[in-house]
Amino acid sequence: MTSIAVEPRRKSGLDRLLNRKPKAPRKDVRRRIGERPFTPYAFIAPHFILFAVFILFPFFFGIYISLHDWFGGRAGPFVGLRWYQQLFDPESLQFGRFWNTVWNTVIFVLLSTPLLVAAGLFLASLLNQRLRGRNVFRGIYFVPWTLSVSVVGLIWWWMFNGNAGFVTLLLRDTLGSSPNWLASNPWAWISILVATLWWTIGFNTIIFLAGMQGISADLYEAAAVDGASKWQQFRFITLPSLRPILLLVVTLQIIASFQLVGQPQLMTGGGPPSTLGGETTPVLLHVYNTGFQGRRELSLAAAMALVVAAIMVVVSIVNFRLFSSERS
Amino acid sequence: MATALDRGLDRDQPVELQAVGTRRKAGLGRPLLYLLLTLIAVFFLLPIVVVVGASLKFSTEVFTDPGIIPRDPGLENYNALFGGQATFVKWFTNSAIVSIIGTALTLVLTSLSAYAFARIDFPLKNALFGLLVTTLVLPSVMFLVPQYRLVGMMGLYDTLPAFMLPGLAGVFGLFFMRQFFLGIPVELEEAAYVDGANRLRTFASVALPLAGPALATLSVITFLAFWNDYLWPVIVCQNNCPLPAGLRLLQRQFTGDPGLIMAGAVVAALPVLALYLLLQRYIVQSVASSGIKG
Repeated sequence: MTSIAVEPRRKSGLDRLLNRKPKAPRKDVRRRIGERPFTPYAFIAPHFILFAVFILFPFFFGIYISLHDWFGGRAGPFVGLRWYQQLFDPESLQFGRFWNTVWNTVIFVLLSTPLLVAAGLFLASLLNQRLRGRNVFRGIYFVPWTLSVSVVGLIWWWMFNGNAGFVTLLLRDTLGSSPNWLASNPWAWISILVATLWWTIGFNTIIFLAGMQGISADLYEAAAVDGASKWQQFRFITLPSLRPILLLVVTLQIIASFQLVGQPQLMTGGGPPSTLGGETTPVLLHVYNTGFQGRRELSLAAAMALVVAAIMVVVSIVNFRLFSSERS
Repeated sequence: MATALDRGLDRDQPVELQAVGTRRKAGLGRPLLYLLLTLIAVFFLLPIVVVVGASLKFSTEVFTDPGIIPRDPGLENYNALFGGQATFVKWFTNSAIVSIIGTALTLVLTSLSAYAFARIDFPLKNALFGLLVTTLVLPSVMFLVPQYRLVGMMGLYDTLPAFMLPGLAGVFGLFFMRQFFLGIPVELEEAAYVDGANRLRTFASVALPLAGPALATLSVITFLAFWNDYLWPVIVCQNNCPLPAGLRLLQRQFTGDPGLIMAGAVVAALPVLALYLLLQRYIVQSVASSGIKG
C-alpha cells in the first residue's frame, strides 16, 4: 500500500498577515492505489507551461535584456552593467531623469497612502452603523473601482479640462477664476490625487468595513457599559482589532500607488514639462516612455524596471517589519 | 479559525447594533449623517453623470453648452463611434472576446492545477508551488519588457492572444482555488473514488460543482481584470487594441473633440456598470474576500 503522505503545513505569508492559524494537517493529500504517477502533472501542466513561458522565462529574460543593448525589435551586444551604472552615476544623463521620476512616485505614495487609508477608514466607520440604505451607499462608493484606469483617467481629464471641464467652470462661476488644473503644479498633482481617490477609495472602504463587521460586539458592549465615547471605542477597540487588515490595506496601497501610470498618462501626459522630464511623470510612465516610445530603449527600460521592482520589494518588507514589530 | 475579515464578510452588517447601550439618541445626528453620506455619494456619481452628459453633446457643444444636462442631447458621438469608426467596433469586440475567453480559460487552467496541488501528493509538489507563489509578490513592472519582446518573437504583437497570455499564466487564481479546494471535505471525493471514478472524473463531477461559489468569485474578478486591463495592452497593441487601450488612441486622435472621447469612455464603462448593477452585493463581497487591488 502507498503510505499516507502528510503535507507539512507551515504558516503561509497570508496566514501570518491575517493572523490565521494554519489548518491542521490533513490526510487527504495522498496518491491513490493504482493511480499513474503522471496524473498530477497532467493536471498542473496546462497552467504551468504558460507560467513557465510567460512569467518564469521573462524573469530571467528581463535580467538578460538589461545586460545587453537592445533597441526596439533588434537584439544588441552584451554591455554588462552599463545601464545600472548609468542609473546610479550622478554624472550620467539617465540619473537625473530616472530618480526625478522615482522621487515623483515616492511623493505620490507618501501623499496618497495616508489619504486613501484614512479616507477608507472614515467611510467604513460611517457605513458600519445601523442605517437604512447602508448597502446602497456602500454600493455607490464602490462604483468607480469597477472601471478601467483609462476610463477613470479620461473622466477626470475632462472634469479638470482647462476650457470647459466641470471643475474649471464651477470654480469660475463661484470664485471668478480657476487654476489650469492639468497644466500647472501643484494643481496637476492634486487632480491626479483626486482621480486616484475617486477610483480606489471604495476598495479600502469595503475591506475595512468587512474587518469592522468581524469585531465582536461584546467589546463595544463592555466599553459602552464603562462609558467609553464613540471616539474612544474607535481608538481602543476598532483600530487595534483592525491591525492585520490595516497592514494588508497599507501594503496593497503602497504597491498600487507605486504603480501609478494611467492617470498621469491620460490626464497630464506626465507634464508640465521640466528640465528632467515631466513634473507628474511617475517612474512607471518613465519606464514606458523609455522602452516603448521613441527610440524604444528596451535594455535601459528593463534595467530601470528591475531597480523599481527591487525598491518596491524592499519597501514592502520594511513596511511589513515596521507593522509587525510595533506589536506590544 | 476564520479571520475577522471572513467573519465580517459572512455577517455583512454592523456589529454595533447588537451591543446594548450603543443605541443612538434620535435627533440631529441622523439627518446630518445622511446628509454627509449623500454628499459623498454625489462625489462618486457626479463625474459619471457629467461625462454621460458630455458624451451626448455633439462636436463644439461641449464647449458652448456648460450644463450638466445637455440642452440638445443626441447620439451623434455614439453613431460616429459605431458607424464611422470601424476600429472602435473592433476594439469593443476585442475586449469582449479577450474578457470572455480569458475568463473561461483561467477557470479551467487554475482549477485543474489547484486541484492537483490541493489533493494529490507528488514529487516536487512543494517546490513547484513555492515557485509559483513566490512570483505573486514580484511587481509586474519587471515583466513588461521581457514579455513584450517574447510576444514580439512569437509574432503575436497586436493580436488577441498577446492580451491574454500573461494574464492566463498568472498565479493568483491558482492560489485562490487551491485555498478553496483545501476547505472541501475529502470524504465526498473518496465516495466517488470507491465507486470507481478516476481523478479527472472525481474532479469534474464532485470537486468542481462544490467549488461553484469560488469559481463565480474568480470569474467576476478575472472578467473585470481582463476587461479593464490597460498598461499591458497599450504596450503590445498598435491598432488592434482592446477598448481601454483604444481609448488612449481615441484621445490622441480626437483631442479637440472631448464629446466623442467621453462617448468612448461611456461605452467602455457600460458593460461593467451593468454587471455591477446586477451583482452589486456579490461583486463587493468577491473583491473584499480576495483582496485584489486595481
